Amino acid sequence: MLEWAQSLLASVPPLLLLTAYMFIFILVLFGCVAYVTLAERRVIGFMQVRVGPNRVGPRGFGQPIADALKLMFKEMILPNDADRFLFRLAPLLSMIPALAAWAVIPFAERWSFADINAGLLYLLAMTSLGVYGVIVAGWASNSKYALLGALRSAAQIVAYEIAMGFALVGVLMASGSLNLGDIIEAQKGSVLHWYWLPLFPLFLAYLISGVAETNRAPFDVVEGESEIVAGFHVEYSGMGFALFFLAEYANIILISALTALLFLGGWLSPFPESWASIPYIGFVLGHGPHMFIAKTCFFIFCFLWFRATFPRYRYDQIMRLGWKILLPVTLIWIFVEGVLLYFEVPPWFD
Amino acid sequence: MLIQSAVFYFFAIILVSSAVAMITVRNPVHAALFLVLAFFTSGALWIMLEAEFLGITLVLVYVGAVMVLFLFVVMMLDINIAKMRAGFAKYLPVGLIVGAVMAAEMVIILSKSNFEHAQVKPKPPDYSNTQELGELLFTEYVYPFEIAGVILLVAIIAAITLTMRKRTVSKHQKPHQQIHADKTKRVRLVDIEK
Repeated sequence: MLEWAQSLLASVPPLLLLTAYMFIFILVLFGCVAYVTLAERRVIGFMQVRVGPNRVGPRGFGQPIADALKLMFKEMILPNDADRFLFRLAPLLSMIPALAAWAVIPFAERWSFADINAGLLYLLAMTSLGVYGVIVAGWASNSKYALLGALRSAAQIVAYEIAMGFALVGVLMASGSLNLGDIIEAQKGSVLHWYWLPLFPLFLAYLISGVAETNRAPFDVVEGESEIVAGFHVEYSGMGFALFFLAEYANIILISALTALLFLGGWLSPFPESWASIPYIGFVLGHGPHMFIAKTCFFIFCFLWFRATFPRYRYDQIMRLGWKILLPVTLIWIFVEGVLLYFEVPPWFD
Repeated sequence: MLIQSAVFYFFAIILVSSAVAMITVRNPVHAALFLVLAFFTSGALWIMLEAEFLGITLVLVYVGAVMVLFLFVVMMLDINIAKMRAGFAKYLPVGLIVGAVMAAEMVIILSKSNFEHAQVKPKPPDYSNTQELGELLFTEYVYPFEIAGVILLVAIIAAITLTMRKRTVSKHQKPHQQIHADKTKRVRLVDIEK
């Protein structure tokens, strides 16, 4: 009995430490998610020549906190004949995969929660689970608009996952590894060695599929206010709605981070190696997590930019783009990449 | 080791109870979701056996794609549960026989004599079973692998052909014609006399 307790205690500290790290990280991530909502409103406000929210706190920086408090104190209304358990479970189902995917993301050299061999596959599996939140919410709400939104979402996500998967196959072929750390190592060199250039069509296909996977404008027919009110979360109020909202932004951050990792070299610096030894400013110009964060922020900004720029796609156009354009483009480029790899074309594949 | 067995029993209990729940619950959507849970936990168990490629692929393919389409269909169906349950007594003997045969087969296959050679040495941490599996598939088993691929392709084409019915009532968009539309063909400006 004593041995049993000892062996249990001995294994606790690393686990406890890891749990503490995760807890801190998730708090930071929630903070980022809250401020991406503010960034979205301010950026789109700027693009549409409006001011945006600027009343709460200095320059409107208290707005996300005010929003969160307001939603927390609202009543969560349960629709008639809704499936009580699934209705409450659905927001969590859309939130959890978006958080779980961060477990394998390297923030700097060998600096991640879990440095696993099949990291890329794990990411693909986690991003494909997000659809359950939407489907379960749509079904459990017992509302026709919610169900229509869920069906649209299921079809759209399954369609774009294929193009996304093929884009990842291209990355996998170029780097020869499923481990995210190795994928970044393989992109070392200069800006021109990052995979956005040799895999340019796959980079675009991945980014477009990423926008479609997160159900963001211009592919947001899942919510489609003008047709199905608010789609799958039309029946949600209070904290349930807030969780869906947060999950959407957590997914945006995740897809942006992944695009930065896979195609823009993650924590690699775009500047020459020698610049890192410049006194005082060297550590800013060298490799490090700040580079990864900067690239992620760029893609988050792109997501907001897309929303302010493009009108919503019609549903059949979305399907056409996914199946008839992105899928053939990725297939052809995988073939081209195979030829490039076979002949070991410099400077990328030698 | 203790933690490992605790985790194993945790997932095993979830797996068995969700598999039982899947065949006993009345609501078909709940049944499909229990099946999702069962797939997910068995993926976790495979990862515990250091088969991370198979475990994650199970989650990716079955949970992420197949079950989504299953749910899609089940949600659209209006299934009459009372009617489905009516034949229970009639099908019970057949079901019991099939069940007994399957159980007997499992006992024979999983008996100790067949599994003695499965005592593999623990692998080093940088061992990648993805690579190992890929190398086997593309060297030793390349023909079975490619034949399986062709059979799947034929199945896909057959499934698509079966659903390709010409519907004369539905109108189709022709994007290549749509983009050539211009305002002279669409808008007629008329002067209204006072």
